[in-house]
Amino acid sequence: MFKILQKALTTGVVTAPYPRVPARLSESFRGKPEFDLARWKDARPAADVCPTEAITLVEGEAARRVTIDYGRCVFCGQCAEVSSDGAVRVTREFEMATRDRRDLIRTAEYALNPDGSHRALTSASTVDRARAAEASGRELREKIRSTLGRSLAIREVDAGSCNGCELEIIALNNPVHDIERFGIHFVASPRHADMLLVTGPVTRNMEMALRKTYQATPEPRVVVAVGTCGISGGIFGVNYATRGGVDQVIPVDVFIPGCPPRPEALLHGILLAVDRISSAR
Amino acid sequence: MMAVCQNLLDNFPGRMRLLESRSANEIYASLDTADLQEVTRSLLTQHGARLVTVFAEDRVNVEGAFYNYYVFERRGDPAYLILRAAIAPEQPRFPSLAVELPGVNWQEREIQDWFGLEAAGHPNPRRVALHDNWPDVHPLRKDFALHQVLPPFEGEQHEYRPTLGEGVFQVPVGPVHAGIIEPGHFNFAVAGEPILYLQLRMFYTHKGTEKLFEHLPIHRAVFLAESISGDSSFSHGTAFCQAIERAADIEVPFRARVMRTILLELERIYNHVADIGAIATDVGFVVANAHAGSLRESVVTLNEELTGSRLLRGCVCVGGVRRDWTRRQRETLETTLGLVEHGFGELVALVKSSDSTRDRLQRTGYLHPDKAKALGIVGVGGRASGVDLDARRDHPYAAYDCLDFRVPVYTDGDVLHRMQVRIDEVRESIGMIRAALAHLPDGPHRAPAQDIPAGRCALGVVEGWRGEIIHWVRTAPGNRLERCKIKDPSVNNWPALVEAVEDNIIADFPVINKSFNLSYSGTDR
Ligand code: SF4
Repeated sequence: MFKILQKALTTGVVTAPYPRVPARLSESFRGKPEFDLARWKDARPAADVCPTEAITLVEGEAARRVTIDYGRCVFCGQCAEVSSDGAVRVTREFEMATRDRRDLIRTAEYALNPDGSHRALTSASTVDRARAAEASGRELREKIRSTLGRSLAIREVDAGSCNGCELEIIALNNPVHDIERFGIHFVASPRHADMLLVTGPVTRNMEMALRKTYQATPEPRVVVAVGTCGISGGIFGVNYATRGGVDQVIPVDVFIPGCPPRPEALLHGILLAVDRISSAR
Repeated sequence: MMAVCQNLLDNFPGRMRLLESRSANEIYASLDTADLQEVTRSLLTQHGARLVTVFAEDRVNVEGAFYNYYVFERRGDPAYLILRAAIAPEQPRFPSLAVELPGVNWQEREIQDWFGLEAAGHPNPRRVALHDNWPDVHPLRKDFALHQVLPPFEGEQHEYRPTLGEGVFQVPVGPVHAGIIEPGHFNFAVAGEPILYLQLRMFYTHKGTEKLFEHLPIHRAVFLAESISGDSSFSHGTAFCQAIERAADIEVPFRARVMRTILLELERIYNHVADIGAIATDVGFVVANAHAGSLRESVVTLNEELTGSRLLRGCVCVGGVRRDWTRRQRETLETTLGLVEHGFGELVALVKSSDSTRDRLQRTGYLHPDKAKALGIVGVGGRASGVDLDARRDHPYAAYDCLDFRVPVYTDGDVLHRMQVRIDEVRESIGMIRAALAHLPDGPHRAPAQDIPAGRCALGVVEGWRGEIIHWVRTAPGNRLERCKIKDPSVNNWPALVEAVEDNIIADFPVINKSFNLSYSGTDR
C-alpha cells in the first residue's frame, strides 16, 4: 500500500498542456501534406502512389482537374516523396477538424504540356482559413460549463473501424492527455451522452446499431466522425460490406481527419464541436 | 517437413502429388478431399504436426475448381507443409475436420460463407461470417463483385442456443459495448452470478478486406494490411510484405530486417504495457493503470519519432522500410528505451505489490492446457496455458534468427499468468531491441523496387504481440493480387475466452476478456 501511495505522490505532473500551448510533436511526425499548386509540375506520380485515392485526376483536352481530399488522406507522405518539384511538402499540421466536409477538399485545374506535365494553373479552390481559429483550453472549459452545466458526456461508437482510432481515443483518458481536465468524460450509454464520437467505415453489420444509438441519444446531440474511415470510408471506401463514411448513415457535425487522428487532433475536433453546441442553442 | 511429405506421398500412392514449391520453407502438395481426414490424422498423430490454418480460393475460371488449403507446421521445423484439395464446382463440398479439430470450427464455416462450399459433417454448420440477415451470397467467389449492393440490413436474426434449467438467464451484451472497445455480441447464460456458457457473435466489423485485396495494386494494398487490426499495423503490414517478398524472391537488406525487428518489438511493448494497465483497471487498481498509460504514451511517442506515426503506420514497405533512421533517431531510441525499461520495472513492482490484485487475478479465467491445445490456442493466451508456440523462434523472419530470446511459457492458465507472459515478453523485447540496435548493420534500408511476377503463392508469418499472424497471397499480373488470405490470432483464440469464462462470475468477465484482448477487426476483416 505504501508503495502505491508513494508512486501516486511522487509522480510529477505528466499532463501535456495542449491546447493552451502548441502540441509537442516529434520531428518525424507526418501531418497534413501541403500542395503548392502554382509550382506543382505534375500531379500524376502523386495520384498514382496515393494509397487511398485522396488525390484524383480527371483528364481533359490538354487540361487536368486535380482533386485533393484530406478526408481520404492517411498522411503517408508518399505524394511528397514522389513529387520531384518540391511542390508537395509534409507538414506537422494536424488541427484539421472541420464542420464542413467540403473544407477538406481542394481542387486545381491545369493546362497541360504535350508530355502531360502542368503548363499553368488555371484555377484553384480557396480554403477558408478563418475556420481554423480555435479556442484556448480555458475558454473552452468555460464554454462547456456554460452550455452544459459542468461537463460534456461522450459516447464512443465503433461502427466498423480497425481499432486504431479507438486506441487514440482511449489515449485521451491517460494522464498525459487527460481529457477529464476539460470536464469531458466518456459514458457507457447513449442516453447520457451529449456527443457521439463515431469511427468507421460504417459496416453493413453496424449500420443499424449506429442508427439506434443515434436515436437513443437525447437532443441536442452532436455527432463527430473520427478518422479517415469515419469521414470517407478511407481505404475501404464503399463496398458490399461497408457504407463508407459516418455521414452516409447519420448526420455529422464535425469531421476529424487522421489515420488515426492523434489525441491532440481529437481534442481539437471535440472542442470545435462544443462550439457548435453553444451556437445551436 | 520434406521427409514428412515424402512419407505421405508413399502412404497415399497416386493420390497425393508434390506441387511446385518456390521456397524450401513452403512445401506444397495436392491431395484428394476423400483422403483429407486420414492424411490430417496421420500428420497430427504420427508426425506431431499442428494445423495452422484452413482457407479456400476460387480458381474455377482458371483451373476449373475451388481449392482448399491446409497449412501444417511441426515443432523444430521451419518449413510449412501446405496441402491443397481441389473441389469441383459441381460438387461444392469438402469433409469437415471440426469434430476432431474444434480449432477449425469457425475457419471451415468461413469457407462455407465466403465460397459456398459445404463443410460436410460439420457439427455446427450455421453461418458464422455472414450474419443471418445476409442474402444468399458468397463474397469471395470471383463472380461476386466487390461493389455489389446488397439489400438493406434489417436487423440480426440469429438464434442463440436456448438456455435450459430453472434460474438460468440469458444476458445479451452488444454489439455496441459500454467501454471504448470494438463491437461484437456476447450472449451469457448465467445461473445467478456464475457464467454457464458464453455464445459469441462476431463479424460486425466485416469490411470486405480480403475481397478488397484482390482489387488494389500491391503498393496500395500494404496500407490495407496496416488497417486489418489497428493495434497490430506494423505486424500485419510486415506479414503482408514478407509474403510478397517471398513470392517475388526479393532479398530484404539486413539493415531493413533489423529495423523491422525493432519496430515489431516496439509494437509488442506498447500493447503489452497497455494491457497490463487495463487488467489492473478491471480489478480497480487505477494507480497502476495511470502509470501504464504514461508509459505507453512514451512508447508511442518513440514510435512517432522513428516512423512518423504513433501506431507505426506508413513505415513498412515491400523490400524493407520506407525511411532510414538518422543518428538522432537512433539516439532517441536508445535513451527512451532506458526510460521505458525503468518505468516498466516500476509498473511491474507496483502491480506485484498489491496482494488484492494478485488474489483477483489468480485462478480467474482458467484455461486448462489440454483445452488450449485441443482448441488450437496461440499467442499470449496459448503460452499462459502451456502452448509453446512462437513464430519468431519456430519460423524465424526479419532478424530473429540472430537474436537470443526466451519464450515464456506457463501452465497456470489464469489471468495472472496471461499478464505474466506479457511482463516477461516486454523484458525480452527490451533486450532484443537493445541488442539489435547495438548491431544495426550498415547498408540499404530497402531493396530496389521491382515488378512482382504473377501467379506466385507465398506465406508471410509474423508473431504479432497477440500471436501468430498469417498472410497467404497469390499474385496477379500488373503488380496485383489474385487472393490474400489473412489469419489474425484472434480467430484462433475466441474459443479460449468462451472456455475461460465458464464458472466464473459475470463481474470477472471484463478482466478475463482483457487478459486475452482479442481483435474484433482482425477477426472480422
Ligand atoms: S499523404 Fe495523403 S494525399 Fe499524400 S499520398 Fe499519402 S494519403 Fe495520399
